[in-house]
Amino acid sequence: MERVPVLKIGDILLVSIQLDMEDQTALQLQEDLADRIVATGCHGVIIDITALDIVDSFVGRMLSTIAAISKVLDAETVVVGMRPAVAITLVELGLSLNGIRTALNVERGMELIAASREETDDWAVDLDEADPGQAATST
Amino acid sequence: MTAGLGLGRPQTQAIVGDEDVVRVRQLVRTVAVAAKLSLVDQTKLVTAASELARNTLVYGGGGQVEVTTVDNGRRQGVRIVFTDSGPGIPDLELALTDGYTTGGGLGLGLSGARRLVDEFDIQTAVGQGTRITVTKWSR
Repeated sequence: MERVPVLKIGDILLVSIQLDMEDQTALQLQEDLADRIVATGCHGVIIDITALDIVDSFVGRMLSTIAAISKVLDAETVVVGMRPAVAITLVELGLSLNGIRTALNVERGMELIAASREETDDWAVDLDEADPGQAATST
Repeated sequence: MTAGLGLGRPQTQAIVGDEDVVRVRQLVRTVAVAAKLSLVDQTKLVTAASELARNTLVYGGGGQVEVTTVDNGRRQGVRIVFTDSGPGIPDLELALTDGYTTGGGLGLGLSGARRLVDEFDIQTAVGQGTRITVTKWSR
């Protein structure tokens, strides 16, 4: 069984799926990513599916699961590079890819993650201002 | 056999493991390109084949697939027949419902595959197996 490599770029993990995955390869990727998120403390995951000529229900579920796992590990997932024919087919198949954020390419995916981290940081600052006592205890 | 229906030479592929689902996708893609299906139709057919091949493996306990180019005099197409000698499907109507699954999946395999092809036929008998025939025509 082949494995999909996970690359770390700054605060982001980049996964570019370049092979026609067996189901076991997809399940392995879920585990590998969870491990890498915890090991690196990265806050963003970008999954590049430019090279995938189909996304069936199994791979669709894998993407949803990765997004859910990342979320509970404090990381944001963005799926990028979906081909038009794949998008048309996914919709007809009935897959909604719930909970998955998408962007057209890796660059926009990185911008999306950076923007959502800024929002989270702002929110944290607001909390500190609103309740100085709690901020003091948390430091 | 239907009168006036031209058939190409069938290509078969056994489905006994995860890696065979990948092989079925590749075989169907090759035949779909040869039959001059559009990119979107190729994608739909390969996606449907991926779902059905996985069903043959997971629910049918393995089986085989036969892929043939067909010609009805006006249009070319691809016909795929999935056969297994598994437990069969007791309640076909239920099995074709979106979201119904006995295997822990999304329940979109059978119902989704049906939406992605032009013709869909299923023959099943409890204890004897299942035979699914799908056809996609060029436009």
